[in-house]
Amino acid sequence: MIDNLVFIILPYAAATLFVVVTIQRYVRKGFTYSSLSSQFLETRELFYGSVPWHIGILGAMFGHLIGFLFPSQVLWFNGVPARLYVLESTGLLFGLMCLVGIVSLIARRLTSPRIRAVTSKVDVLVLVLLFVQVALGVYVALFYRWGSSWYAASAVPYLRSLFALEPDLKMIAPLPLAVKLHIVNAFLLAAIFPFSRLVHMLVVPIHYLWRPYQLVVWNWNRRRLRGRAPWPKTETSGAVAPAGSEPAPSGRTIAAR
Amino acid sequence: MDVRLQISMVFHLDKCIGCHTCSIACKNVWTDRKGAEYMWWNNVETKPGTGYPTAWEDQEKYKGGWEQKNGQPELKMGGRVLRVLNVFHNPNMPTMDDYYEPWTYRYEDLFNAPEGADQPTARPISMVTGRPIDIEAGPNWDDDLGGSPVYAANDPNLDALTPEQRQEVFDLERLVFFYLPRICNHCLNAACVAACPSGAIYKRGEDGIVLINQERCRGWRMCVTACPYKKTFYNWSTGKSEKCILCFPRLETGQAPACFHSCVGRIRYLGALLYDADLMLEAMSVADDKLVEAQREMILDPFDPRVCEEALKNGIDDRTIEAARRSPVYRYVKQWKLALPLHPEFRTLPMLFYVPPLLPVMAKTDDGLYDTANQELFSPIEKARLPMEYLARLFSGGNIEHVRLALKKQYAVRLFKRLETVGDLDPAQVHRALEQVDSNEEEAEQIYRLTSLPTMDERYVIPPMHREEAMQMLNDDLWEEKGEAGIGFHERATRGA
Repeated sequence: MIDNLVFIILPYAAATLFVVVTIQRYVRKGFTYSSLSSQFLETRELFYGSVPWHIGILGAMFGHLIGFLFPSQVLWFNGVPARLYVLESTGLLFGLMCLVGIVSLIARRLTSPRIRAVTSKVDVLVLVLLFVQVALGVYVALFYRWGSSWYAASAVPYLRSLFALEPDLKMIAPLPLAVKLHIVNAFLLAAIFPFSRLVHMLVVPIHYLWRPYQLVVWNWNRRRLRGRAPWPKTETSGAVAPAGSEPAPSGRTIAAR
Repeated sequence: MDVRLQISMVFHLDKCIGCHTCSIACKNVWTDRKGAEYMWWNNVETKPGTGYPTAWEDQEKYKGGWEQKNGQPELKMGGRVLRVLNVFHNPNMPTMDDYYEPWTYRYEDLFNAPEGADQPTARPISMVTGRPIDIEAGPNWDDDLGGSPVYAANDPNLDALTPEQRQEVFDLERLVFFYLPRICNHCLNAACVAACPSGAIYKRGEDGIVLINQERCRGWRMCVTACPYKKTFYNWSTGKSEKCILCFPRLETGQAPACFHSCVGRIRYLGALLYDADLMLEAMSVADDKLVEAQREMILDPFDPRVCEEALKNGIDDRTIEAARRSPVYRYVKQWKLALPLHPEFRTLPMLFYVPPLLPVMAKTDDGLYDTANQELFSPIEKARLPMEYLARLFSGGNIEHVRLALKKQYAVRLFKRLETVGDLDPAQVHRALEQVDSNEEEAEQIYRLTSLPTMDERYVIPPMHREEAMQMLNDDLWEEKGEAGIGFHERATRGA
């Protein structure tokens, strides 16, 4: 019964919240999408928290994603012990970086009065859940060895069954409690994700790498205007584009911005 | 030729009395709210001095602006890959301590304190933490402290002076300072725009105002580092960056920005400049001492028929061109060469120009006494207390000739008017003075008029912004909107879903 609740109902509820609220918030309250950086108030301790945290969590999440997407390849890769050791210790390293980072970040938030002034209840909840998640992850990595292999063989089939809308708890039923808690906590994180500052990871500025440096925004379609008779000599100059120019942008969407 | 329009500004420093009215006007209109208390989109600094934030001109510390790297302009804070990697922790981010921690006072204690032997006091309270604080810095902490060994001596621009000159500036009898009001320069090659990973900062094509889209800003805070003038600010409460918006809602309704409107000394001028955007890369790539010249080259003559033709082609209408012809900024910057950009060596092509201050006009003398009866022309300029090297460091990328001309010309105008009103000068000498600065009586009279007696309409020539036409450009068929809830609504006023 409890298994059904936390391994079937909870993930679907979390996923629904994640998708619906994330989109709704982006559309209706786009202003609130921010990293909510507090570096302006305190920068030194942030370095020792934020940098290891982000490197660690990116590595750890990427590892989980690879295992989820290519379980059989991971199992094949782990077939050679040396490779298994490398993979496991890399994962553990990322986990430890997360742990160092999150502990530093929590300490910073507790000790700096300025940072406390910009700490919300959701921030506290996020920090607690992330700490629990990372602590469980590192614990599992240390005491239930070769997780990269058994993750691919037990948790991945379960996660995939969730995506297939045919939840199958067979494979995870025998897993140790720490692993189960790790999974449940992940669902909780997904559930509060859209209500928290975590949404900043959806707006990571990758497109910056190839956009031009200077941005100029025109109220009108400039190229169209260049091909037009100079204002205000002709009758049609107001709005009608001459033949051959590119079509007008959809006015409504731009006006709404 | 790619003709574009820029709403541009001139601050006449010879007229600034350092009253901070502009700062207060701006504060009351825009930044009197949580997270923005520490922001002064407009501030007035004492020079020599360290300014706000402290020593903002020291780019070895703040890494603002551009530099030439392998013949290419690149942000001093590094390339774009580095910037994306640094979103976790920006190594060059100024913190609140570089500005100051905003505070208020617990005024209610004056009334509510229990009766006792001591006089009740209003303790200073941090507006961030709400706790009592010791005030260690403020937005004008070095106000009027020119000559002070603590503040003025740390002015990064003093490195342009020889040790002897430095010594003189700090001699008690000769100490000297002037005021430098600063707002966003609305640069052509804005470093904040280039550094924004989200692409939230942009220049408005129609008038050149640089704005931050608050909905797209994600608080990566690279603009704070990138702006060499430190005029983008991070709102610590909302997690968004903010900056001077040149009061565009006022401009669009034909009013001058609040800081301009409230200027007591009437030092501020605002008007349109036409410029050739094709020359931009060239203008920002020349050597430091050529930057002023190159930027002036970009500015186009609104009386030139070819320029007007190209402007019309680019959608700048003739009423706006008409405004550009009456622009006081065009006269000060291009025609009279009196106004210079602040720190052009940051290579952002700033579009706020300063007329360097003439004060103090008295010649310094060796025996410590003032000697005003100097027969030499322009000796008050050459022997001014504030060395021209200092002004050149501020306003012309180290090129002393631009500063010298601007100061000499102002002085020649004074001589010309003195001859006219007092009549105690030799007319031949006055005319020689005007000739030396490539000027004439007619121009001197015009400079005098616009400097001393301008009406509000002459100081602020605001071109019609035509937002109504912008709307027309967006919607091909405005009749579509007729009978609707109004233009600009986010959705149609339909019944039900």
